[in-house]
Amino acid sequence: MDIHEHQAKDVLKKIGMPVPRGGIAFAPEQAMHEARKLGFPVVVKAQVHAGGRGAAGGVKLCKTEAEVSAFALSLLGRNLVTKQTDANGKPVHRLLIEEATDIAQEIYLGLVLDRKSERIMIVASREGGMEIEELAEDQPDALVRMVIDPAMGLLPFQSRELAFKLGFTGKQVGQFATVLRACYRAFRDLDATMVEINPLVVTGTGDLIALDAKMSFDTNALFRRPEVAALRDPGQEDPREDAAAEHGLNYVGLDGDIGCIINGAGLAMATMDMITLSGGQPANFLDIGGGASPERVVAAFRTVLSDPNVSVVLVNIFAGINRCDWVASGVVQAYQELNLSLPVVVRLAGTNVEEGRRIIDESGLPLISAETLAEAAATAVKVRPAMAA
Amino acid sequence: MSILIQKDTRIIVQGMSGRIGQFHAEDMIKNGTNVVGGVTPGRGGETVLGRPIFNTVAEAVEAVGAQASLVFVPPPGAADAIMEAAEAGLEFAVCVTDGIPSQDMMKVKRFLRRFPAARKMRFIGPNCAGVISPGKGFMGIMPPAIYLPGRVGIVGRSGTLGYEAASQMKALGIGVSTSVGIGGDPINGSSFRDILELFENDPETDAVMMIGEIGGPQEAEAAAYARDHMTKPVVAYIAGLSAPKGRKMGHAGAIISAFGESAQEKVEILSAAGITVAPTPSAMGETIAKVLGVRQAA
Repeated sequence: MDIHEHQAKDVLKKIGMPVPRGGIAFAPEQAMHEARKLGFPVVVKAQVHAGGRGAAGGVKLCKTEAEVSAFALSLLGRNLVTKQTDANGKPVHRLLIEEATDIAQEIYLGLVLDRKSERIMIVASREGGMEIEELAEDQPDALVRMVIDPAMGLLPFQSRELAFKLGFTGKQVGQFATVLRACYRAFRDLDATMVEINPLVVTGTGDLIALDAKMSFDTNALFRRPEVAALRDPGQEDPREDAAAEHGLNYVGLDGDIGCIINGAGLAMATMDMITLSGGQPANFLDIGGGASPERVVAAFRTVLSDPNVSVVLVNIFAGINRCDWVASGVVQAYQELNLSLPVVVRLAGTNVEEGRRIIDESGLPLISAETLAEAAATAVKVRPAMAA
Repeated sequence: MSILIQKDTRIIVQGMSGRIGQFHAEDMIKNGTNVVGGVTPGRGGETVLGRPIFNTVAEAVEAVGAQASLVFVPPPGAADAIMEAAEAGLEFAVCVTDGIPSQDMMKVKRFLRRFPAARKMRFIGPNCAGVISPGKGFMGIMPPAIYLPGRVGIVGRSGTLGYEAASQMKALGIGVSTSVGIGGDPINGSSFRDILELFENDPETDAVMMIGEIGGPQEAEAAAYARDHMTKPVVAYIAGLSAPKGRKMGHAGAIISAFGESAQEKVEILSAAGITVAPTPSAMGETIAKVLGVRQAA
């Protein structure tokens, strides 16, 4: 789960992170008010869950109230398309108004859950301001990495070692230790999966300050982090994914036209692959989970069909803790309740498969049965109506 | 032999009094698995499915000589249950639970490192279908009927895709020595490499079907191990060819976030290490058949 920059800065500031003074605005008048409080010039930053905002025109240095007002008006209520969003972009509903910072040097600092060491890893570089992926590709030697033992936590000598490697001197060494401690504590105590300060700025007076902050959290840990769950902004998420989650479905919208209803993440990915290899394009990833009731299958159909591009639905179930007869009843129920007319291909295997196939065959509905994964994918590609030119 | 589970392995179920734990324990017993008891804190002294329930894993070890545990504890307490099993001296545990926080798993892995190799519990999962040695027993949630006993090992992250592989193999008359689900989480107990090593050393396994997916470094690590240390053939399939970068595909760990984590890159790494990669998910069975030199059944 991602949060906004201003929320990440609030979280980190409370545990010692130096951040620019600033305020949040939901309307142009509010933006002007915040700017007046801070004094000009100010930086106005669109708050969306995506990087690359600067290059996309979502950040601006404003010297007058009129500039703030005009910029706020141009952003609020619109979608910002950055290279990290899809073609629709993310809606801008709030702006962060900050005092301008005098930048002498930019540092990259990130904490991630490293899957190789299975620990929290600190990644830092003197070449800040760039995306970490670009840094890793262009200048792999410029990256400094350090892994933290969860039993010991971040130790002071580790902060010093990193500070010196990044070229800090004098008061900066202590300031960097404070910055790093705040990042580590936020990561550990709030079950983050990523904390990124990019850039961490050295100002004209030689002090460190976090100019940007990004945090992601482990959704599996939200049950014990209500304060983090409260920071969620559903406006930044795909409403179809949220609606699906309420029914215990895991849905990810994609660009194709073959709607997929599958059990298990691996089988879902493999089915999407098989569709692609058969010359089609999946419209979505959807895992109906274990023990799916007929009602959940109907909800899955509703979710998949909320995408107007879908022209055929492929149901592929290999039942272990699921039951083919329940799924088949769900398919029949969905077809009738939702008055479907588009082709539906059904492949059932595993627990209660004979009963499931019987329900499909005896339904009298134009459902297309398939025996294998390959047959199901090829059939779905073949039977879809010709795409409108 | 088979790996991990034998006919006589004394197995307990942590969380056996719960609805889900009891349902699957019953299926395990019905299929001949040697379930000797269960653990549910506060329910010690009760009987479920004719087996004694204990308050702690240590009591189960003491009273019924428990050697292995299947953990069906909900996410908030699952990591703690796994560490309890390790401390009590079990040889092996499988955790099926989906939704354990990553930092809890970090703690589990750190905890397991406290033990010397000879006393260290082997751990499989979490968020996995479990382990089955067809004809001997199983610990998990898979449908046992789809597996034919035989001499090919299966290791995969996904449960249902593992079923798909086993059923394609069964249709061709190819059986399974043991099938291991290592789970879809970013931090897991045993890696592909760990399980490949067990299969390499198992006299009853002739070849391995490895089913990976996008995200994480474990397939690449397994490729290097297979190239340098394995004599048995490995066939692989990597799911997620059509998954976009940066989107989580169901499994917490199925997300492309670094170089080498896409399906295409993993296929290249595996192929370069001499591993035969099935061209499609429908060709897992026939690819292993080809490698085994088995004539396809008509």
